[in-house]
Formats: sequence, structure tokens, C-alpha cells
Amino acid sequence: MTEDVLVSGSLRNRLAMILTGGAAVLAIVIFVVVRGYAAQIAQEGQDNILSASVSSILDAAVLRDGMVELDFPYASLSMLSTAADDRVFYAIYEDGVLLSGYAGLDMPQPGQTDEKTFASLQYDGATVRVATGTRILIGADVPRQVSVSVAQTQDALSETLNRISRNVAVFGAGFFALSTALSFWATSTTIGQLSRLTNSVTRRGPQDLSPFRKPVPSEMVPLVGSLNSLMSRLDQSLKQSEDFIAEAAHRMRTPLATVRSNAEATFQRVENPENRNSLRSMMRAIDECSRAAGQLLDHAMVTFRAENLDRETVDLEEMLRELVLRMTPVAELRDVALHLEGGVPALLTGDPVLLQNAFRNLIDNALKYAPPDTTIVIRVHNDPTLAVDVLDRGPGFPPDEIDLLAGRFVRGSDTKGRIGSGLGLTIAQDVVLAHGGALVLSNRSEGGACATLQF
Amino acid sequence: MKYLLVEDNLELAQAICSRMGLDGHTIDHAAKISEAMDFAQAGEYDLILLDIMLPDGDGRSFLKQHRAAKNDTPVIVLTARSQVSDRISMLDLGADDYVTKPFDHAELQARCRAVLRRKTGSAQTMMRVGNVEFDPVGGHLTVSGNVINLRNRELRLLELLMNAKGQVFSKQKLVDRLFSYDDDVSDNAIEVYIGRLRKHLEGSSVQIKTLRGLGYRLDHD
Amino acid sequence: MRYFAVLILALLPVIGQAQVWEDRKVFGAATAPRNLQILSSTDTSFFAPIIESFIAQRADLSVEYLVTGTAELDDVFRQNPDRFDVVISSAMDLQLKLANDGLAQRLDGLSHPEWAQWRSSLFAFTTEPAAIVINNAAFAGLPVPATRQDLIEVLRANADIFEGKVGTYDVRQSGLGYLFATQDARASETFWRLMEVIGSLDAQLYCCSGDMIDDLARGRILVAYNVLGSYARARAETADMLTVILPSDFPTTMMRTALVSKATSEPALAEAFVGHLIDLQSAGAAEDFPLPSLGAFQDTTGRSSISLEPALMTYLDRLKRQTFIREWESAIIQGP
Repeated sequence: MTEDVLVSGSLRNRLAMILTGGAAVLAIVIFVVVRGYAAQIAQEGQDNILSASVSSILDAAVLRDGMVELDFPYASLSMLSTAADDRVFYAIYEDGVLLSGYAGLDMPQPGQTDEKTFASLQYDGATVRVATGTRILIGADVPRQVSVSVAQTQDALSETLNRISRNVAVFGAGFFALSTALSFWATSTTIGQLSRLTNSVTRRGPQDLSPFRKPVPSEMVPLVGSLNSLMSRLDQSLKQSEDFIAEAAHRMRTPLATVRSNAEATFQRVENPENRNSLRSMMRAIDECSRAAGQLLDHAMVTFRAENLDRETVDLEEMLRELVLRMTPVAELRDVALHLEGGVPALLTGDPVLLQNAFRNLIDNALKYAPPDTTIVIRVHNDPTLAVDVLDRGPGFPPDEIDLLAGRFVRGSDTKGRIGSGLGLTIAQDVVLAHGGALVLSNRSEGGACATLQF
Repeated sequence: MKYLLVEDNLELAQAICSRMGLDGHTIDHAAKISEAMDFAQAGEYDLILLDIMLPDGDGRSFLKQHRAAKNDTPVIVLTARSQVSDRISMLDLGADDYVTKPFDHAELQARCRAVLRRKTGSAQTMMRVGNVEFDPVGGHLTVSGNVINLRNRELRLLELLMNAKGQVFSKQKLVDRLFSYDDDVSDNAIEVYIGRLRKHLEGSSVQIKTLRGLGYRLDHD
Repeated sequence: MRYFAVLILALLPVIGQAQVWEDRKVFGAATAPRNLQILSSTDTSFFAPIIESFIAQRADLSVEYLVTGTAELDDVFRQNPDRFDVVISSAMDLQLKLANDGLAQRLDGLSHPEWAQWRSSLFAFTTEPAAIVINNAAFAGLPVPATRQDLIEVLRANADIFEGKVGTYDVRQSGLGYLFATQDARASETFWRLMEVIGSLDAQLYCCSGDMIDDLARGRILVAYNVLGSYARARAETADMLTVILPSDFPTTMMRTALVSKATSEPALAEAFVGHLIDLQSAGAAEDFPLPSLGAFQDTTGRSSISLEPALMTYLDRLKRQTFIREWESAIIQGP
């Protein structure tokens, strides 16, 4: 069945791919964002220290005798010590003229006071971060603008960033690994629900069309709902056709009975061989027709009941004894005897109606083929398992067709002149299969057929 | 024997009655349950043949009333259904056997005999001709105190001849009665059974005569 | 014209040798194919065993050891950084500025304690405290000062004895002197009081520790302040006349540092030499390494040396230096 289904990708793979891919993207985003944020914070930290350094130098600026004096504290540069021993540069300008420190660092921006500016630039072959601050000194004459730039290389910063990057990368990788594991778990859990539904549907018997009743996740409710409605429609149409068969058979029987009885009565009175032959073939046709109707009905019934087996304890021997009793009148008409062999415990859990039907069909079958003045033996034994043999002295099954015989509507090739629809063995087989057993057909070495129902 | 047939289909009923008559049985026909109840209470019947689908109710309800009235006349149900569950419930309600329509007359007769044999052991209508006593239900023949068990076809042949004493039966007619239309029967098959019966009847006042070219006839002194 | 050319050729080495060295010594064969130029402020006598043990394993190597004052050394090196392979100086601030200005080579192959190196390019290999050295004879009957305050009191009380007999660094000339002075000034106001006292006694100013100790030994001065303890100790061991006092109020301890010029032509050799230095200071016996090792003055309370940090550049600032020198001059030079 599955090979007929067109496959369009795998839900599991798609889900796993989306979840894993999402986790990967998320991990990368986390890495980029956290690293960027850390870089910003680290840069802010460095800026703060540079800014403090600039402030402390500017604070030391005084005008003495019209000259700018800058006795800045040791701490101004000391605070810039880092674990990576970053290089430090500074420049002090007075009205744009380098007063002290390193030339060419950062030219102060005129007019900006109380506001530190920060820039990253190249100085002496290294990337440095520069903070610049300005202060106006009011002397006796004109105001002087003192600007201070303090710069620092970024070795410690990049070390910190590298460390953070490593940690964030490890975190991201961990996140990704965990997410991947989770996504696989989630995927298999989700798909597991589908598999469970599939299993439950697959495990059903071929005729079990009852709705799926186990609880399912809400997302699967529409699917299961459609499945159930499909099955109920199927079930209904099946029942309808069963009812139809039953009704058809029933409607046919009464007129047939009339015709047959009349034909038989007429047959007794008519002497003309031609007329007798016509009546004979008429009765044969009626018998064939009614037998077919009966077996079709039986088969429909077996199919129907096999879905929901009645389970009760059945004593096979007792059931067979009654069956033999009821069938003896028919057997006697053919001068055939029915003999039941038992005496072993023959208790079975099963559907008595179905079992009786199966045995009746087997005995019917044997009666059809048994020659007069012979005995049909019905033997109950339990070695190795409980089984019932129906043995006759007829011609036996054709050896080359023995495996096909239980198929629906198949009749043996040597059945000419005997009435039967071919459903008898099929019914017996359906019943025994529903009970977890098997129908075994064989020929007896001393001649005759042996049909065995094994349970 | 005396039968009551409860069947609403008149054509079928007629056919059954006419066929039963051929075998020398008496048969009354009721088309409704109410009618059938009246018949059953009025007359003594050996057996009731009951159709299930009746215009004024289900045959099952007749069965119920019939058994409730402590009437133990055996009932054979004629059913157009063949569902096993139907049969079982009818047996549970007190039917003694069933025959599925359409039925072979011989089978119906065989079932009737089996039911009667089971139910009463022997027929109230024991046949007596001369010093011969014949119980068609139990299937034995008593000739001058000797009890002989008859086989199926012997029994049916004897019953046929005894039911119509003095009547001539052609070989053809006897074959038709004893064998199914389907059976492959040779002409001397009847002679075999006649021969056996004659042997059983030896020393009695009953003889089976051969009328050359016509058939057989049961006579008694 | 030819004579003129000959004259120029004859003068060239003179021009090349325009630099006047305090000392200059070549170790190893002058014809050796490889040559290491070491520019140092440390007396040759201290370094001779170190260099000799270094070239002992390297037959193809000669080492030229050039000695000059710390301030001079800084100038010389800055002018010709490619002429020298290794620079050794006691002026930590100047050395640090050289490294900060990108003139030093990073030596990543050396392992050294974090506090004793800066940027893997400046390596400390000694600890040498600034000391007060006194002439024992002059202090007979006087309390031996243990602190700067003690020294102030002794000098004040005995101005007659010490007039013109107190020596200290001329911080304008000596880089190390300037370092000691600025670190002292950072540590305590006592420094300025001491300078005023010394100034009032008509202080003798020196360029170098060696000269100061020479004059002490000769009796030309009786007290030397902020002289290198290691130099003094080297003399005190032979002459009982001097006592080396490490002030107990606060120590000023310098670490001698070495760096490899970024422009060196022998980077591997230069690195090997610095490695040799720092190995010797930790493992070498006194005769192999005559200077006090890094651990020599590390007391149990922790590192008390001047830290190797960018802040050392503070007093090298032009304006700061100007101010400091002005104050120092006003304290020490109180001429009539």
C-alpha cells in the first residue's frame, strides 16, 4: 500500500531542519549581538577611564603668571594601567598649540567644552582610542583654551573581547547543541504521535472500521476526524451492502420456495421424460441459486461478526454433537452417516455462531462429496493444538488446487453435477482466521478429503 | 400424519400441501397467526410447519404463545432468512428445527421425522395392517412380535406403500419419491429395496405384489 | 683636493666618535662576525661577568658595551635606535617611555613575572633601593639616621659639620636622580623639607652614583642622599668607612631594566641576551651576577619597587618636569 503513495519530502527531516537551522541562526545572532554588546560595554569602559584621565589632567591646569601650568597627578596615567600593558599617549594643547606630550595625536575641536569626544584612530602603527577634553582658563587677559587628548592602545580590550568571544562562542555552540538535541527530541515526539496513529490503524483487523478513539493531540484531531468519518462511511456502505445481500436473498427465497415446491410436486406427476428433465434442471437451478444466496448471506454475516468477535467459552464437542444431530436427517437422505469422535477437553474462547457456521459449511461440503453408505467422521483432538477434522470418503481435493480452494468463489474442478457456490471453505477459513487459527486441507492416504480447523 | 402449515404465501402453501398429500399426509393450512392459534387449539397435530414472516406478526410471537399454552406439538420453522443468529433465537424460543426456503421435500420430511422421533419417540399414528405394526417415526416394523429396524429408504418406501394400500406405484414414481432428482439411480435400485422389504415382511399377512409393466402394490390378506 | 679628501676620511671616525662615553669596552674577538651593541647606564664592572658568561657559549660573538648617564643614554638611543641592540638603564621612567613610544621590540619568547616586565618589551632584572650613605667617621658621636626625618634633624643640628659636605643627584642631569626625586616627592612632603635642608647646606650635585661614592670615599662629602645602594655596597665591602642606610620611613626602590631595540639587526641574539640577564638574576651566584636580583629587596609585605606602568611618564611631561625642576632648584640652589 505504501509504495503507491507519492512521497514529498519528510516531515521529520523538514521539522528537524527548520528547528536545527533556526537554532543555528539564533546561535549566530546570539553570538553577534552579545559580542557586539560586550564590545560596546568594553569600549565604554575604556572610554570612561580615558575620560577620567582627561578630566584629571584638565583639572590640574592652572594659569600662573600668564603661563599655563599643568601639574597633573600621577594617577592621571596610572589609572590607565592594564593587564596587557597598553601603550599610553597624551597631548596637551593650549589654543591649538602643542604644549606637551605626543605630537599629532588628536587636534582639539575648538568650541567644544565640557564634552569629551572619543575617536579610534591609528597612531604610531597601533589602533588607539582617544579621548579629548577641553577647558577654558580665565586669566587676567584673554581666556585660554586648554585641550587634553589621552590615547590608549586596545590590547587589553581586544584580549577581553577575545575572551568574551570565546565564551560566547562556547555558549552559542552549547545553545546550538542543546537546541539541536531538543529539536530532535521534539521532532521524534511529534512524529511519534503520527507513528502511533499509523500503528494503531495498521494493527487493526481488515474489517475493523470502528472509529479511532484514543486521545490524540489537538493538531491531529482534523486528520483523525476525517479518518473516522471516512471509516464510518465505509462501514456504513459495507453494512448497507450486507443488508442488501441479506434482503436480496430473503426476497428471492420465498418465490423460489414456491417455484421449487411446485416443480417438485409436478415432477412427481409428470411421466414425459422431456418434461421431467426440464423440471429436473429447473430444480437444480433453484437449488444452486438458493444455496448461493445462503452462502453469500453467511459470508456477509461472518465478515460482519469477525470484526467484533463475541468471546465466550465454547465446548466444541457439545456444539458439534448438536450440529451432527441437526444434520443427520440430511445425511440420512443420502445414506451417509455422521460420526463424532471426541472425548478430549475441547474448550475454546470464541464466537459460537461463527464457529457453528464454519463447521456446518465443512460438513455440508463433505456431504456433497461423500458416496452413499459411507461415514463422515468429525474428529475433535488437541494434539498438538485443539483442532477439528472433517473426514470423508469422497474423491478428495485435487492436489494441484488444494491451496487455492479456500479462496472466495473457487470451486474444485471435479464438482460438476454438485451444487455449491464455492464459499463454504472461504467461510470456514474466515472464521478460523478470525479466531487466530488456520484451515488446513489435505487428502487422506486411504482416500477421501480431510479439512482441519486448527485453533 | 397430520400437519399444520402456517404460511401466508398461498401459492407456496398450496405447493406444499399438494406435495405432502402425495405422500399421504393430512395437512391444514393457516395464513395468519390468529388462525393458526385457533387450528392448533382445536386439532391434534403431529407437527406444525411455521413460516416466520406473517401478516399479523412474527412467527416468533406464535412460538411464544404456543409454548405458553403448554402445547408441546413440535414446530419446524420455515425461514427465508438463513442468518445463524435468527435460527438460534428461534430454537431458543422453542422451535424444534428449521428448514431454509426453498427446501427439498425429502429433507423436510426427514427433518419432520427426526423431530418427531426425538420429541415423542414414536408416532401416535402407528400403522397396523394385518399382523404388521409399522412405526414410521421410530422406523421399526413389528411382524408377529419380531421388531425389525428399517433403514431410511426402506422405511420411506414402506410408509409410501402403506399410506396407499392397494394403489399401484410405478418404478418411476417410487424412484422420484425415494431419491433426489439429482441422484443417479438405476432402475433395479427400487427392486433392491422392494426385495429387502419383502424379506422383512415374510410370514406376515402383508405382501408387496409386482404388477408386471405397471409397478408395485401393497396388499394384505 | 686629495688632501682635503684624506682629511675628511681621517676626520670621519672622529665625527663618528663624537659621542663621549663614560666607558666603552669590547668583549670577545673584535673580528667576530656577529656583534651586539649594548647601551647601558650601568658601570662596566657590574656587567663584565654577565657579558663574559654570555659570550662564553658563542665563539662568533663580540659584545660592545657602551656606558653613559641615564639622561644622555635616552637621547643617544632616541637619535640612533638602529645603532644599539640592547638598552639597559636604571631610569625606569625613560625606559618605559622608550617602550611606550614603540622603540622596544616585543620579546614574546621570554617568561617573566608580570610585575617585572611591561608589554613583554621592557624587562626588569634587579631591585636596587635608593640609599643614604654616610661617612662613619663624620657621624662618630652623632645618631645614625634611619629615616629621612632623622637625616633632616642630624643635618640641621650639625650644619657646621655638613656645610658643603652633602651630596645628591643633580636631577637636571641624571635620569635616575630625577626618577628617585620624583618618586620621593610623590611619596612624602619630607622630600621637599630634606631638599631645603640639603640646599641650605650648599649641596654638592652629581651626575652619577659612582662619582658620589668616589667623593664619599675620598671624604669630600660626608653624606650622600639617594645614591644607588648597590654601588655603595660594592665600596662598603672594601672600605669600612661608609655605611649604607636604607631609609625605613619609605623605600624608593628602582628596578634596572633592559629592552631590545626595535631596530636591532640581531633580534634573536639580543633577545637571548635579555633572557640570559633574567635567568642569571634569579639563578646566578654573586660572582656571576654582581647586582641585586629581583628578589633581593622584595620584603614580605609585597613589592615595594617603583611600578612599571605608564604613569612613570607623568614626570617626564614637559610641563611637569619644568615645574618640578623649578621647585627643586628653588629648594636646592639657595645661592647667596
